Amino acid sequence: MSIVTSATLTRTVALLFSLASQLSSTPAFSADAQAALNASAHTGATFQPPSEADIPAGPFGDTIRLGRDIMLDTPRHAARFVGNNLSCANCHLDAGRMAGSAPLWAAYVNFPAYRAKNSKINTYQERLQGCFRFSMNGSAPPLGDPVLVALEAYSFWLATGLPVNKEVAGRGYPKLEKPAQVADFSRGQAVYTARCALCHGESGAGQSTAGQVIFPSLWGNQSYNWGAGMGSINNAAQFIYANMPYGMSYSLTPQEAWDVAYFMNAHERPQDPRWLGSVEATRAKFHDSPFSLYGQTINGNVLGKTGAPKRTQDKDQAHIAP
Amino acid sequence: MRLLRNLAPALSAFLALFASSQPASSAPPAEANSCLACHGAQGEGLAAAGYPRLAGLSAEYISEQLNAYIDGRRVNPIMRPMAMPLTATQIQGIATFFSALPAPSNVAAALTDATQSALGQQLAERGEWSAGIPACFNCHAPGGVGLPPAFPPIVGQPAMYIESQIQAWKNGTRQGDPKNLANALMHNVAFRMSDTQTKAVAAWLAAQPIPTPNTSPSTTVKTNP
Ligand code: HEC
Ligand code: HEC
Ligand code: HEC
Ligand code: HEC
Repeated sequence: MSIVTSATLTRTVALLFSLASQLSSTPAFSADAQAALNASAHTGATFQPPSEADIPAGPFGDTIRLGRDIMLDTPRHAARFVGNNLSCANCHLDAGRMAGSAPLWAAYVNFPAYRAKNSKINTYQERLQGCFRFSMNGSAPPLGDPVLVALEAYSFWLATGLPVNKEVAGRGYPKLEKPAQVADFSRGQAVYTARCALCHGESGAGQSTAGQVIFPSLWGNQSYNWGAGMGSINNAAQFIYANMPYGMSYSLTPQEAWDVAYFMNAHERPQDPRWLGSVEATRAKFHDSPFSLYGQTINGNVLGKTGAPKRTQDKDQAHIAP
Repeated sequence: MRLLRNLAPALSAFLALFASSQPASSAPPAEANSCLACHGAQGEGLAAAGYPRLAGLSAEYISEQLNAYIDGRRVNPIMRPMAMPLTATQIQGIATFFSALPAPSNVAAALTDATQSALGQQLAERGEWSAGIPACFNCHAPGGVGLPPAFPPIVGQPAMYIESQIQAWKNGTRQGDPKNLANALMHNVAFRMSDTQTKAVAAWLAAQPIPTPNTSPSTTVKTNP
């Protein structure tokens, strides 16, 4: 979308606006007329995590702050366990505080919990291991590692005042109605070009400057791997609907959110670390869902057909991390 | 193929010669001379008067702004008469010239009010999500150095200018086109900012030094293919 070539169009629109503002008493148009204030707007969440200014002094406070810093800049503060250039806060906005963006406080009070992903009761630290292995395309920190302890302390502190073991409004992503039409690649591509590429780039690789990621990659070798939650079209559509374009929550239609989520997840990304030796076997065991395009043929290519994982997990961790 | 290969060195020598005679690396094009009085001999701006720097802004962004003054999407009594007489070719020349000037080594404004400073820094680095304001630096890059072409730098601009732009979006004198995503994004952010927040972030940003070329990016690096 070239800024320059849209000049004629914008001129016409500007004319319409000046006409409109002469007719009505309200000055200018409101760009946020369609966009909600933030992702929490449609979740019914009432809980407010404490302010960072109130992080206690002393070693416990230091641990909480480290957890916050890991969320904001994971490659820097948890380098050993990270295999891409994403940070947790790229998907858990406002350092994990934002309702409607899978906030940590809502997650924390619901663990330990049973997870279908590995068919067992998971502790919170075990849940966090999965984030590193899949979303961060890295390796799971051992239980009790300072990285996990810091993230757990930060989550615990964010949840100050929340009752334990109760579903709280704002957890995960707000429900998104089913699309009227089946999600579609080319419609998704059109949404992507108009509403996403300015930041995430035409090629989905994101944008960095001086080695610092500004806009994270959505696919390709620096993104989340095929095992990640975001790789599910339903998770992605819900996240995008509530959080993207950045600062313009709920400005897409549900159909647009589904289409662009499909388009995003119809691209190649790092191999699923649970790789069973073939795309077919891996799909059958872990991706047997209409929401996963892993192993499906898109534009003539079988997604996931990239061979064994490049950064293989420590084999002895595989049984711990789902 | 062969002919092309033989021609290539000659061609690039010619281009280099041509490039070195381009105004960008030496004298400004004639139309730009009148701009320097306000925008500074090196395009560094004039903080005391609130005149923005143009040095180092992307050519696309500069020409888009000049067109906006011409067609009334940006309303400003000083800039409109400056922009009106310019032809499309002149706009392009001017934009190329200023975009190639190095970002100035600004003398950061002093910041005395600690409360204001803390609020400004918070907005720039973390935002105020309860009011729907993402961190400025999450779009304008760490340090506010900008990300060409669509995201202009916000460091090295006068506090008065930053403040006036956020007000302009709010009162309709900097019109956005909702179809133009870049316009809509910033329009949205500006609408959500209170006067206290605007003043604080403008003051804090103006007090930040522009990172030196070594630490600041001159080009955008794509993270992967
Ligand atoms: C690419 C996006 C992405 C990244 C990066 C990411 N996550 Fe997540 N995270 C998700 C998604 C999507 C879910 C929910 C879907 C699911 O069940 O897997 C989730 C779920 C979670 C949950 C459970 C939420 C709940 O309510 O049960 C926690 C805790 C969590 N992530 C922590 C982290 C941490 C810590 C990091 C960084 C080490 C991280 N995530 C990185 C996308 C991401
Ligand atoms: C103004 C720039 C901007 C636009 C436009 C934008 N995003 Fe984002 N996006 C971001 C930023 C910044 C983050 C990281 C959020 C953070 O760290 O606070 C992000 C994060 C994401 C993530 C999670 C992180 C990852 O890399 O997987 C996804 C998925 C995503 N965006 C998809 C989209 C889609 C789809 C669109 C278009 C509908 C879109 N974005 C439009 C800036 C943008
Ligand atoms: C008399 C002083 C003055 C002169 C001369 C002047 N400008 Fe400006 N310029 C300003 C002011 C004041 C603003 C901020 C206006 C606003 O609030 O929109 C500005 C803004 C701009 C902007 C927008 C910058 C941004 O960051 O968005 C551009 C581009 C610009 N001027 C280019 C020029 C060019 C090119 C010339 C010469 C043809 C010129 N100006 C001459 C005072 C001047
Ligand atoms: C969601 C992304 C985004 C965020 C967050 C954001 N901006 Fe912007 N900003 C933009 C874009 C895009 C433009 C260019 C607008 C245009 O082309 O019309 C811009 C333009 C500006 C300008 C005009 C610069 C000039 O040279 O005229 C100022 C000043 C500004 N932003 C300040 C801020 C401040 C202060 C914050 C934080 C409170 C902020 N921005 C947060 C995207 C953003």
